[in-house]
Parts: sequence; C-alpha cells; structure tokens
Amino acid sequence: MSLLEVRDLHVNVDDKPILKGLDLTVEAGEVHAVMGPNGSGKSTLANVLAGRPGYDIDVGSITLDDEDLTAATPDERAHRGLFLAFQYPIEIPGVSNMEFLKAAVDAHAVHTGLSEPSAVDFIKRARATAEQLHLSADFLKRGVNEGFSGGEKKRNEILQMLLLEPRLAVLDETDSGLDIDALQVVAEGINAFRAGDNAIVLVTHYQRLLNYVVPDHVHVLIDGRIARSGDHTLAHTLEDEGYGWLDG
Amino acid sequence: MPEHAPELDDLVSQDYAAGFVTDIAADTLPPGLDEQVVRAISAKKEEPEWMTEWRLDAFRRWQAMRPPRWAHVSFPDIDFQAISYFSAPKGDRPKSLDEVDPELLRTYEKLGIPLHERAKLAGVDESEQAVPEVAVDAVFDSVSVATTFKDKLREAGVVFCSMSEAIAEHPDLVRRYLGSVVPKPDNFYSALNSAVFSDGSFVYIPKHTRCPMELSTYFRINAENTGQFERTLIIADEGSYVSYLEGCTAPMRDDNQLHAAVVELVALDDAEIKYSTVQNWYPGDEQGRGGIYNFVTKRGACLGARSKISWTQVETGSAITWKYPSVMLRGADSVGEFYSVALTRNRQQADTGTKMVHIGPRTKSTIVSKGISAGHSRNSYRGLVRMNPAAAGARNYTQCDSLLIGDTCGANTFPYIESKLPAAVVEHEATTSKVSDEQLFLCQQRGIDPEKAVAMIVNGFCKDVFRTLPMEFAVEAAKLLEVSLEGAVG
Repeated sequence: MSLLEVRDLHVNVDDKPILKGLDLTVEAGEVHAVMGPNGSGKSTLANVLAGRPGYDIDVGSITLDDEDLTAATPDERAHRGLFLAFQYPIEIPGVSNMEFLKAAVDAHAVHTGLSEPSAVDFIKRARATAEQLHLSADFLKRGVNEGFSGGEKKRNEILQMLLLEPRLAVLDETDSGLDIDALQVVAEGINAFRAGDNAIVLVTHYQRLLNYVVPDHVHVLIDGRIARSGDHTLAHTLEDEGYGWLDG
Repeated sequence: MPEHAPELDDLVSQDYAAGFVTDIAADTLPPGLDEQVVRAISAKKEEPEWMTEWRLDAFRRWQAMRPPRWAHVSFPDIDFQAISYFSAPKGDRPKSLDEVDPELLRTYEKLGIPLHERAKLAGVDESEQAVPEVAVDAVFDSVSVATTFKDKLREAGVVFCSMSEAIAEHPDLVRRYLGSVVPKPDNFYSALNSAVFSDGSFVYIPKHTRCPMELSTYFRINAENTGQFERTLIIADEGSYVSYLEGCTAPMRDDNQLHAAVVELVALDDAEIKYSTVQNWYPGDEQGRGGIYNFVTKRGACLGARSKISWTQVETGSAITWKYPSVMLRGADSVGEFYSVALTRNRQQADTGTKMVHIGPRTKSTIVSKGISAGHSRNSYRGLVRMNPAAAGARNYTQCDSLLIGDTCGANTFPYIESKLPAAVVEHEATTSKVSDEQLFLCQQRGIDPEKAVAMIVNGFCKDVFRTLPMEFAVEAAKLLEVSLEGAVG
C-alpha cells in the first residue's frame, strides 16, 4: 500500500484544464520533488491535493493510506494527515500564532481520538520548535502571519508542519523568496521532519533547495502531465539545461 | 470536485437558545397609549404625584414628536397604539427571593442567571478559582422581580434596587438626576420612555466607595405584543467606582417587539463608571420575521473633574439596533470611552455608535468600534465627536473596523467630527476587511472546522474590545459570538 496515490488526475481551474492526466505514487519515507516551468500545474497539484475550493477535479482520484480523499473537505484531509505549506501564507489579524497552533493541534487530537495537550505542555513544545527554526518566543504571540517578513512566514509554515506531524507534507514553493540563511533553516526543519513513516512532496521552481533536502525522486511537470521522472540527478540536469529539451 | 469549503455567504442559521416563553399569569394593560394609560402605569407602581406629572409632561411632549428617520435602517411604521405598555407577573412584588414564583426562578436559571445569592454569571467555568460575586437585578417584562445581595451592598452604603423602589425610597436623588442626562424631549424614544417607563435599575455609590461587587441587571421580555421601556439611573458620587453589567434576551416571536430604554449615568469628581452590555435580544429569523426593535438612549455625564465613564457593548441580538451610548465630558480632565462589538447576520440591521461631547478642558475620549456583518445584514457605525470652545487640550481617538462575512452584507461608517477648537486633537482610523476564503482555507487545511475557524477569526477581530470587558463577561461574550456564528458557514 502506497502512502499517496494520485491516478489520472484531470483538474480544471476556471473551466480551464490545468492538470491533464497526472499520476504520482509516493511511498512512506520518500521525498519527491515536483519541478517544472511556470504554468505547468505545480501549484495546482499542491492545492488540489489539499482540496482547495476552485480546483475542480474532472477525472481521477487521490488516495491517502488507501482512503479515497477525492471528495473530502480540506479539514477532513488535514485530519487524515495531509499538510500543505502555503506558497503565500495569509494573515489572520488578532489571532495569535500560539492560539492558532493550539487550535490546529487540538483539532487533530480530537480526530485521532487523543486527548488535547495541556496548555503548558503545548507552549513548551511550541517554544522549543520555534527555537529550532530560529524564531523568538515573542513570534508565537504575534497575530498569525501579521506583519511577518517573507522568511518568517515560510518558517511559520515549517513550524506548523513540525507541530502537526502530518503523514504527507506538500510544500508549495516554500523556498521561494528566502535568502540563503533562511533557506538553510527551512531545509533543516524539513530534514528534521523527514522520517520513515511520512512523506514529503516538494513543489519547487529551483534546484537550490534540493541541495539541502535531497529528494528520492524528481518529477518534471510539463503542461499538466509528468513528462519525466528520475532520481536527484535529474534536478541538476534541469538546472544546467532548462526544460526545453523535454518538450515534445 | 471536492465538496469543499462551505460558502461563507450562508453564514447563519442557528438556534436562539434564549427563545423560550415562560408560561406565567400576567397582569397586562390592553394595547394603546393615552394619558389614562400613563396614569394607570403610574398608579400600578403607586408613584407619588410628582412622578405622575413628570410622566404626563413627557407624554405631552412625545405626542408632538415624530420618530427619527435618519438612521441607516428600514422598517415599517410602528403602530404605537397596538402595543401594550405594561405587563407584569400577577401578584405582589416578592419581598424576598423565597417568595419569587418558582417558574420565574426557573426562567432565569435556564438563561444562566441564577438568582440565589451564590450567584455568578453564566459562561464561567466551575474552576477552583474564586469567582467574584455578582449582584443581579432581574427585570421581567415591566417589573423587577428580584434583586440579590441587597444586604451586603447596603453594608457598603451602596444602593442597588429597582427604579420603582428608588422613586419611593430615594426620591431626592431620583428627582435630582432623572432626566438630567437624557432630557425628556431629547428624542422621540426617550420621550416615550419617560412617559411609560416601567422598571429598570437604580444605583447609587456613595462618596469614596468602591462597589464591593459587580452589579448587573438582566432584562427579559416575555409577554407578547408588549414593549419594554426600562429606565436605569446610575450615580457615582465623588471618588467612587462601580462596574455594572447588563444582559438581555427575549422569546422567539414572529412579530416585532419594541424595547425603548433610557440609561443615564452620572459621575461626580474622581468617580468612575464602567458599564458593560451583552445584548442578545431575539434577532428575528432568517427571513427577517420577528425580533426586537432595540431603540435605546444611553448617555453618561462626566460632571466631575477627573471622572471617567466607559461603555462597552457586545451587540449580537435585535432585529434593529438604534443605539449610541454617549458621554458628555463636562468635568475638567474627564475621560469617556466607548468599546463596541456589533454583530449582524441574516436580515439584522444595526445603526450604532457613540457621541463624545468634549465640554471641559483636557477631556479625553477613545472610541473603538468593531462591526461584523454576515448574511443580508446591514451594520453601520455612526459616531459624533464634538469639541466645544472651552475644551482646550481635548483629544479623541477613534478606530472603526468593519469585518464582512460573505458578499451580501453591508457595512457603513458615518463619522461626524465637529470641532470649534482648532487645537483639539481628533484622530480617526477606519478599516474594512473580509473573512476571506483564503483565511478559511488556511484554517481548514490545519484541521480546524469552518465554524470554529470563523469564530476564531471574528474573535481575533474583536480582541481590543473583549479586553475591556470584566473577565466573566468576556468569556460569555466570546461564547455568545461563537453561538451566534454557529452554522454561519454552511
């Protein structure tokens, strides 16, 4: 049984076909990188996996741990262990990061039949994880993404991933807009998360993150389909030669 | 396609928990209003002659007035002859809690307002920490049915009783201050209230006294076709402090009911009054049938130097809200504050805000208004800041934020600034934002269900106001908002 199976996925956005028969199989313990030129459907794949409204599945299926999630709501998918790190994390003014994280962790606890962590235990854990990502304790008291720098927003996504411990993490261009220091911190976070019982799908435009997080598989998405798959060396080839050679 | 994110638009269909009717024999005047009715109300309350005359004077003035039309709300004309102006549970007013009709006690119990003297407000966890005591005056339709902790308050010299009792027992204070802050002909509804007002609460805090507990009045409309016209007067003498809470609910009925209250606050030198309202009158159904018309005049006078009056309101109920808790800043260095959260959904309409009138030197006021609109509702902030020529060094800060949930609601801001004083500082900030599908999706992606997500977003938006509520009320207000938004994402 694979952790994630995507079969013959056709997705329309605003009635325009974006994904045109995409297949992807991810096993536990694996990191997959999905690369491709602008407009190839990378972000659509990330969003449709998470069930974002407006991304309409025409044909195909998404299965996580043998469970068909094609018609599941975003929160149901989250409860099954699917996590999306957003490309553009949005602000929720007045709601503190800590409050938001606790609500998310509590919601997961309820759905897995576990008891909610005590406030004290949770705060300790959140602080330690924030520290790991070089974020100050004060950061947790601020409104969700409110006034965060680009780098802080991305690190906040990784913080949420580490606290929620998903089964499958889909990271949508988490590396974009990061300077080299922030990129390393984010990569350390991803590597800390990486384990035998979970999997990661990295959607990225550039090869540079893959120097720090070495993927098991690299896929090239072109015009809504996977045009080529390979090991991590494929990313280097793309870096050197671009996507043109894959056309046609 | 995933059966994804529920549309934000349908944000609201929830049960109104306080919508039940208490089956109790009532003594109700037939509908209609003339001098005889005014006299009859005064007679039922066994009032002295001066009070009857005061009411009649108000009634005559009212007859020459027309209902205000400037608010950004619409509703059919009210037939003032179709309303009954007095309804009270049958029998004499109970002298102690033991004599109160058990059916009434059950009503308040059900509403989370226990009237026994271990009382505390609903919404507080049964935690080990000591819960501060709260004295309650319970007003049922036109009369006060019980007031708790009177003895304990009396020891501190604090007077907390129904307005009817105050007229009988503290006539000097009543004659001196009743109508002093809101004059009878101030507006159409204040004139009407002055003519027919029934019960409400009266509070007097003596000099240099800090009221030993929170005081609260709980207003309940029960009878059909009956208006509630309560009158509240709070006087804080020099150097005193009081925190007063007000709550309100009514049964679900298909026709509209009128609630036209007048609240007057008086703060003398160095006194402070903190007045908090959690208003949860029946708001009507999804189609806009029924609900309370809440046409209320609330005003405080900072008469003394360095006095302070602070209004905090959380408005979730009523079909129509027309309400502007205001402060007349007369005393030098006096302070007025207005913190408001107004939530409208379905077909609710709210036109609410405040007036800060700076008369004395170095007076200061702060206005923080948070309007939340959902469904097909309309939510307007209307505020006046006036700087009179003598108010040298006066300052005002106003912040008005609107939050829209869905695409079919409306929010407006009508700020009026009248400054006769070029040096006065008046700051105004306003924002309008939407609970966006992106915010909702972020929360859902993190496993938080849509209803909780909206409640959390709205709570974050209201944080500045909730901070100003007394602890136990803040908890209740946050819960109420959560309940009101239940089913909002649908």
